[in-house]
Amino acid sequence: MSWLKRLLPKVSGSNKKAIPDGLWVQCSGCSATLYRAEVERNLFVCTKCQYHMRLSARQRLDYFLDEEGREELGAGVTAVDHLKFKDSKKYKDRLTQAQKKTNETEALIVMAGQVKAQPLVAAAFEFSFIGGSMSAAVGERFAIAAEYALRKGCPFVCFATSGGARMQESLFSLFQMGKSAAVLSRLAKAKLPFISVLTDPTMGGVSASFATLGDIILAEPKALIGFSGPRVIEQTIRQTLPEGFQRSEFLLKHGAIDNIVHRRDLKDTIANMLSMLMHAK
Amino acid sequence: MSLDYLDFEQPIMMLDEKINELKRVGVDTDVNVSEEIVRLKEKLETLTRDVFSKLTAAEIVKLARHPKRPYTKDYADRLCTDFQELHGDRHKDQGQEIYSGLARLEEQVVMVIGHQKGRTTAEKVRRNFGMASPEAFRKALRLMKLAERFDIPVVTFIDTPGAYPGITAEECNQSEAIARNLLEMAQLTVPIVCCVIGEGCSGGALALGVGDRTLMLQYAYYSVISPEGCASILWKSADKAAIAAEALNLTSDRLLSLGLIDTIVPEPLGGAHRDPDLMAATLKEHIIRELAELSIMDKTELVNARYARWLSYGSPDRS
Ligand SMILES: [Zn+2]
Repeated sequence: MSWLKRLLPKVSGSNKKAIPDGLWVQCSGCSATLYRAEVERNLFVCTKCQYHMRLSARQRLDYFLDEEGREELGAGVTAVDHLKFKDSKKYKDRLTQAQKKTNETEALIVMAGQVKAQPLVAAAFEFSFIGGSMSAAVGERFAIAAEYALRKGCPFVCFATSGGARMQESLFSLFQMGKSAAVLSRLAKAKLPFISVLTDPTMGGVSASFATLGDIILAEPKALIGFSGPRVIEQTIRQTLPEGFQRSEFLLKHGAIDNIVHRRDLKDTIANMLSMLMHAK
Repeated sequence: MSLDYLDFEQPIMMLDEKINELKRVGVDTDVNVSEEIVRLKEKLETLTRDVFSKLTAAEIVKLARHPKRPYTKDYADRLCTDFQELHGDRHKDQGQEIYSGLARLEEQVVMVIGHQKGRTTAEKVRRNFGMASPEAFRKALRLMKLAERFDIPVVTFIDTPGAYPGITAEECNQSEAIARNLLEMAQLTVPIVCCVIGEGCSGGALALGVGDRTLMLQYAYYSVISPEGCASILWKSADKAAIAAEALNLTSDRLLSLGLIDTIVPEPLGGAHRDPDLMAATLKEHIIRELAELSIMDKTELVNARYARWLSYGSPDRS
């Protein structure tokens, strides 16, 4: 994933992967070596510096949803190599590799379920699947989630972590931005809340479509969120970027998000907000 | 090398020069050159047809970026009458990277909105090379909503290397500006005809691209990322841009057969810049035809059809 590494600043770049197995975990925020079980109890937030490590899509949904009544949606929709794309590797092989690595069939996992007994549909991106990039199948799963919300009259919550578009699907990928926005226009018309949670990193075509269209937009602390990658901006303006540029705190300051929420408070916060937004239903 | 000719047009340039030289000879002396000129002109046409019949994707990208290629304003001037330019997002900026206004297209009143590149150095800077700021996108949205309120169809011209990547753009939430346009365009209750006239690159292009019809000029390109950007990320070398251009399937004929655009608008021999008037006339015909088709639909029907169309991209089961 070197293209995504390049998108990220040095601190979190080189050694930051999905949480490795084993007894010990190294924090990318403060480099402390942490006892895995303890970090796990802390929802993969560093116990020393509160650095929010990356979660897999299933971990994310597992932390968020009540245990009862979970049902995965759209699992049958999988990536198609529309263009027989091949760069240094065949896209087909990249897909197989990603599927092996993550044990997932695409970069977005959708589940219907409940949060504190309130029915909803939730979706979470899997960053380890080709950088959580948006393929046509990801767009379709997103649409399936939104359509479920429309049918059931329930809210939709999406946890984003993505490098943006999936280049190997070219215009098919770009058009998913339009598709996800279109389906959200229906949710808005039906007065059903869409809550978008931005986690590290949320960039490009994902950031410039559904992720910034939340009725409420929350972010985890210090997540990298933006349209253009920092490297691209630096190359364009030939200037070093200011400290904290495109981090959650920067977005909050500039009015782009509603709030920054610590991972341990996300479920309570969202449940509370939803119960208020849905009060009249 | 003359700015008028691209590298692959060198044989065309040489023949052009020969013809011009002959014309000069004909004027300056008594030698009768007319027969030879006719012969060379025929040869030139055959040669041009030949060169343009086997363009690579990378060559088409070059044509799409040709410095003489007509831009939004060139089309607006030729297609419309009574053009009234409308500026500004009402909050922060004039938004000159997008050219927009009310106009008449024959009998029909339309709202024209398109990315605008600059011709001179000063204009290029003022137009930010067609890379729109959040303010320009918000201006576009404001005008689309205005058009909706007065039942005026929207015609967009897409011609951008991408949305502007900069510090201020991020501070002003470039992502949201693009995303909001996508959402609002998806539910706008007037017809939207989108024309890719040059570069249709990434989210900055799509921010004017969610419509009822996508027309594409023959030598325009439409892609998720520039071939150079794609090459440097996936091939780790910008030198592989030509290969990336091919792989991205960004040409009008490929995109038509993939079902991602609706119509290819044919360009004059040698490209739109060789005959902007003819190009504009052809484009005008196409736009008028599409608007006529869309105008018979009622609002609900129109928005539902647009919705179905956008949900079906990449999901053939839905169409
Ligand atoms: Zn730490």
